[in-house]
Amino acid sequence: MTVKVYVPRDSGALALGAEQVAGALRTEAKTRGLDVEIVRNGSRGLYWLEPMVEVETAQGRIAYGPVAPGDIPALLDAGMLEGRTHALALGKPEELPFLVRQTRLTFARCGIVDPVSIEDYERHGGLRGLRNALEKSPAAIIEEVMESGLRGRGGAGFPTGIKWKTVHDAQGPRKYIVCNADEGDSGTFADRMIMEGDPFVLIEGMAIAGIATGATKGYIYLRSEYPHAAAVLNEAIAVARAAGVLGKSVLSSAFAFDMEVRVGAGAYVCGEETALLDSLEGKRGQVRAKPPLPAHQGLFGKPTVINNVISLASVPIILDKGGAYYRDFGMGRSRGTIPIQIAGNVKHGGLFEAAFGMTLGEIVDEIGGGTATGRPVRAVQVGGPLGAYFPRSLFDTPFDYEAFAAKDGLIGHAGIVVFDDTVDMLKQARFAMEFCAVESCGKCTPCRIGSTRGMEVLDRLKAGIAPETQIETVTDLCNTMKFGSLCALGGFTPYPVMSALTHFPEDFRPVPAREAAE
Amino acid sequence: MQHARTENASTVQSIVERWREEEGPLLPILNGIQQELGYVPRESVPVIAEALNLSRAEVYGVVSFYHDYREKPAGRHVLKVCRAEACQSVGGDAVAERLEQLLGIRFHETSADGAVTLEPVYCLGLCACAPSAMLDGEVIGRIDDEKAVDIARRARA
Ligand SMILES: Cc1cc2nc3c(=O)[nH]c(=O)nc-3n(C[C@H](O)[C@H](O)[C@H](O)COP(=O)(O)O)c2cc1C
Ligand code: SF4
Ligand code: FES
Repeated sequence: MTVKVYVPRDSGALALGAEQVAGALRTEAKTRGLDVEIVRNGSRGLYWLEPMVEVETAQGRIAYGPVAPGDIPALLDAGMLEGRTHALALGKPEELPFLVRQTRLTFARCGIVDPVSIEDYERHGGLRGLRNALEKSPAAIIEEVMESGLRGRGGAGFPTGIKWKTVHDAQGPRKYIVCNADEGDSGTFADRMIMEGDPFVLIEGMAIAGIATGATKGYIYLRSEYPHAAAVLNEAIAVARAAGVLGKSVLSSAFAFDMEVRVGAGAYVCGEETALLDSLEGKRGQVRAKPPLPAHQGLFGKPTVINNVISLASVPIILDKGGAYYRDFGMGRSRGTIPIQIAGNVKHGGLFEAAFGMTLGEIVDEIGGGTATGRPVRAVQVGGPLGAYFPRSLFDTPFDYEAFAAKDGLIGHAGIVVFDDTVDMLKQARFAMEFCAVESCGKCTPCRIGSTRGMEVLDRLKAGIAPETQIETVTDLCNTMKFGSLCALGGFTPYPVMSALTHFPEDFRPVPAREAAE
Repeated sequence: MQHARTENASTVQSIVERWREEEGPLLPILNGIQQELGYVPRESVPVIAEALNLSRAEVYGVVSFYHDYREKPAGRHVLKVCRAEACQSVGGDAVAERLEQLLGIRFHETSADGAVTLEPVYCLGLCACAPSAMLDGEVIGRIDDEKAVDIARRARA
């Protein structure tokens, strides 16, 4: 009998040697005459255990990890194909504490299914949302999304239902659904994981968006740093087309919807929605002044829904189980679940989908298990390069849009980067300025010039030249950037800078003083 | 040289033809050229401009805007090393310096023998397996000294 063995094709797993593991398994199975079928799944998101290999046995799936290619002979000797024990055996993956504590709605299938098998997708609940949507009127679909309370997961947290309604109400023969897959924030990889691990859920979400708003064409704008995601998406789109999910008649309905992947060219600012649209049109990725909103005049001037990957991938479960089901998770005005990405210097890094409301401390200390180096956690940056650095004293902040804003921070795309006590917060503040200078689209002076000035001022501070003056200057600069920038690149760079300065003032004083204080 | 030029020209021409009737063709064209040739030759700019009915300045403006596009040929290998925060948190800066030292070049440079071009990248989405890099499209995570030495060896080959 053929034994199914899962070896992820997720980039994170590949970066840790999954391809070599799959190769070793293939070779060894052949040598031993074993009947093995290797399925290349996505990742379940437990990156300290990747490459995590799973075997389908009579008792269910049994996981082993982290597996190195050289472990394969010993694993086979130990009876891995029958799910027997070994030093690397992890038991049933769904019983691993990191997964048990999660609420996987958007990521329900990620790491479980073959990402390019539509049969697998349907067997695990896929396409139910789209089928339900086809039974409803566009207005009723939008009503369901409104009720769910879903807010954009790209960072700004704008209600998805309202955006869709605006496009639905806009007049025009041609409308677009654009998926923002630019995922530029350091510390984030949820979009990548879903695109590589369960691309059909994104395709389904986009098709539902098209049906709800009257758009027949979708684009996924994918960053060029994600070649593996591009390959899986293109494969999945072709499969979806062949299966009649995409095309002139979506699942044999009167609705047409098709899509394609467009790859960017390395510009962080192209994640900003209007810069992204310009880039898709073939221009420099410069931010447009709003209004007009993309919902009114978006891609090629046509009404356009632009949503983040996770926003769109959360729609199928909402249409499957109902808006109320999704809304009942979460807290305050942050409804449903959020795929938190735990990254950086952390013991248990990976993807943790949970209802809003866990505290930052729970996520970093309990779920993440503290630092990988074993040293104390000193700072965590939440929400990417434009997000604030949080000290331990703010670890009681619940994961919720408003709670983070109240602490002068932001959730952004929900990436958390952990730093131990060797971090130099002055260096981190300088990097924030440098990143802004490198990535500025150049339209506004405070962003373009202010960030370069900020680097110089922080360099002088580092050199111990008139520290109080430099701190005053950088504070002023941050104010100018905050209020004089057209978009959040210039406008939010002050978050990491000022949070570092506010919460870690000791790193901004000249070295002799610091030494004297110790 | 002349031969290479003609070859480049026909590559550019066929990529332009593939995309010219599509919506928003410029980035796919430039991506295609960069992928095939490793850079976007100056001579391709007027060809693209004419096909898409744009000015040369417009096309050049786009080429110069995006970090990915090179105006000079790349080395046989391209090594992109992540310089962003999650990688910094686990010693990414030291890894980057070590790679510069091992390759004998700085970021944005190509080695004199044309073996490798070293480029910074701001996040590869491998932030839970940091520090990370990409060598000719192959992703590499948790880079320690041993892995850095191996990467440099392969990049110099
Ligand atoms: C500089 C900058 C970069 C951004 N990068 C991204 C990104 O990579 N992915 C994303 O989904 N949104 C990004 N955004 C947010 C988008 O502008 C926009 O809010 C989002 O695509 C809307 O989708 P949503 O409502 O589903 O979140 C960025 C914004 C700014 C200002
Ligand atoms: S803030 Fe910076 S990136 Fe944003 S529009 Fe202005 S110059 Fe461009
Ligand atoms: S920060 Fe280096 S991979 Fe994300």
